[in-house]
Amino acid sequence: MRYIARRLGFYLLAAWGALTVNFFLPRLIPGNPIELILSRMSQTGTPPPNEAASLQAMLGLGSGNIFIQYWHYLTSVVQLHFGASITDFPISVASIISSTLPWTVILVGVSTVLAFTIGIVLGALAGWHRSKWLDAIIPSTTFLTAIPYFWLALLLLYLFAVIWHFFPLNGGFNPALNIGWSWSFISSAIWHSLLPGLTIVLAQIGGWLLGMRNQTVTTLSDDYIVAAQAKGLRSRRVLIGYAARNAILPSFTGFAISLGFVVSGSILTEIVFSYPGIGYELLQAVQNEDYPLMQGIFLVITMSVLLANLLADLLYGFVDPRTRQAR
Amino acid sequence: MSVAAPSAPVPVGEGPVPIRGGLPGAARAAAVRARRGLRHIRRSPRMMVGSIVLLVFVLLAIFGPMFETNPNAFVGSPLHAPTGRFLLGTTASGQDVLAQLIDSARGTLEVGFAAGAIATVLSVFIGVTGALVGGATDDVLNLFTNVVLVIPGLPLVIIVAAYVHSGGLMATILVIAFISWAGSARVLRGMTLSLRSRDYVLAARVYGESTWRVIVVEVLPNLSAIIISGFIFSVIFAILTQAGLSFLGLGDTSSMTWGNMLYLAQNDEALTSGAWWWFAPPGLCIAIVGTSLALINFGLDELLNPRLRVWREPKAKGSEDVL
Repeated sequence: MRYIARRLGFYLLAAWGALTVNFFLPRLIPGNPIELILSRMSQTGTPPPNEAASLQAMLGLGSGNIFIQYWHYLTSVVQLHFGASITDFPISVASIISSTLPWTVILVGVSTVLAFTIGIVLGALAGWHRSKWLDAIIPSTTFLTAIPYFWLALLLLYLFAVIWHFFPLNGGFNPALNIGWSWSFISSAIWHSLLPGLTIVLAQIGGWLLGMRNQTVTTLSDDYIVAAQAKGLRSRRVLIGYAARNAILPSFTGFAISLGFVVSGSILTEIVFSYPGIGYELLQAVQNEDYPLMQGIFLVITMSVLLANLLADLLYGFVDPRTRQAR
Repeated sequence: MSVAAPSAPVPVGEGPVPIRGGLPGAARAAAVRARRGLRHIRRSPRMMVGSIVLLVFVLLAIFGPMFETNPNAFVGSPLHAPTGRFLLGTTASGQDVLAQLIDSARGTLEVGFAAGAIATVLSVFIGVTGALVGGATDDVLNLFTNVVLVIPGLPLVIIVAAYVHSGGLMATILVIAFISWAGSARVLRGMTLSLRSRDYVLAARVYGESTWRVIVVEVLPNLSAIIISGFIFSVIFAILTQAGLSFLGLGDTSSMTWGNMLYLAQNDEALTSGAWWWFAPPGLCIAIVGTSLALINFGLDELLNPRLRVWREPKAKGSEDVL
């Protein structure tokens, strides 16, 4: 219980840190972003009358002294008031985010779990059979992890969509269909997600494989493995029940930390495929200088990474009871 | 990272080297260490390959631009496939892709090594100081490290880049360095905590050596392999992040990098017009440089954790059969 409280406290602190960065960034840049945004808006049309005020609230540039502004900003974010988007004006930032977030969560979530599972299984096997072919392909996985995600995406897109016309060139679904729970829409969405998903799995698998393989090799020379073998247990049982169970622990911690990198990598992947997720929306916001949308997306990404880390931490207590007793 | 394994690092170059030998002893110890390092490189094929490939790219970055004409000159017909004259074809505006590729090596490696170096200095400073000083300082630094570690880097860099608006190469380097030091700082803190209570460090303290000397002479040498490994990771991370940032059009556009080339290629529809010679080589170069760095790290890992070593003594078979 105390462990949970400590972790919860830590992530609250981290969330507060992210909010603070978000609050102070617009203040650190030279010039007044609100005037910049308003002048840009008046070129394309008349800015709505209360826009200056809502921009001020969103950017944390409200009136009064800095601490009052800061407090105002924190309370409005906690109530999920992110303001309105500049480019799609009447639509609120919160509703844009909630319409793009599911795409990312499903695509990245499924591919991450797939990459983790495949990588862990192959890594354990490679560590077990040190002299077999599986261990010989380890250096090539190094190459896979060093490839820039988005370049791999470009390459796959070029091969499968431009040359062979096998997968669609961009988008997350067939635009002729209506978004809904119809089979034709869902199958189209799945079809469009295969290539981006494949990119994420390929780009990630090497890291898991390598970590698990090294950890298995290290674990295998521990005394309890020798003892298990001396007892005459079948080697499959030793691998799964003794070696892999212990070797997976560091990967599990890595899984939590790497979630942040997964989000980063998938931002670029989404952009290459014009996938209608949150990463693609972030780039649109940056290109349109849509500051409220940009900050809202950054906050949502950060908060989801923190939440995922918290969940992984809590799960870790179950996986490895020693961490619960430690403190 | 396997360096987190609880096993102690192999104390490089320690052993019967005289303890109070003064400079000659220290010099000899350094020579022994260097020779052992070289032997290690020779015996680890992965490290060998990695070092050679990296060296080639570094030489290319230093001397390549001397032999090339202006890489931005319009020298041929647009989007021409590779020929004898232009080994990697031309861009949409008729520039030589190979010349740009060589020119970009310099900018890319500059960002990578500069950001990696700054991140390493930060991580050593924060990780080692916290662990050695202890108390409230350590608590605060450790908390700060962990917070930076969980905040996703690339989104933060994108936001900062959007606000800063082309702050030049230095801004890119600083931002990347700031988001990438935390991982190695945490590893270094853990290692330092375990080193702090070792007998030889305690002995040095009892002997009356100053804290400064304890850090530099007793602690840092035993952390050097981890520091180097952390540096290499930071360089890989910096090169990849810079490439991603440039690809989004948020990097510094005045100097040429492989990421910038990819951005220009993507913007000029190199993909749909089938100009693979334009967008394939820059990414491949990034991947090759990253792989060579990772291979060097592999070798370092084996140095740190003897259980991972690939080579075996000629007669030492049987250990495999037991398993």
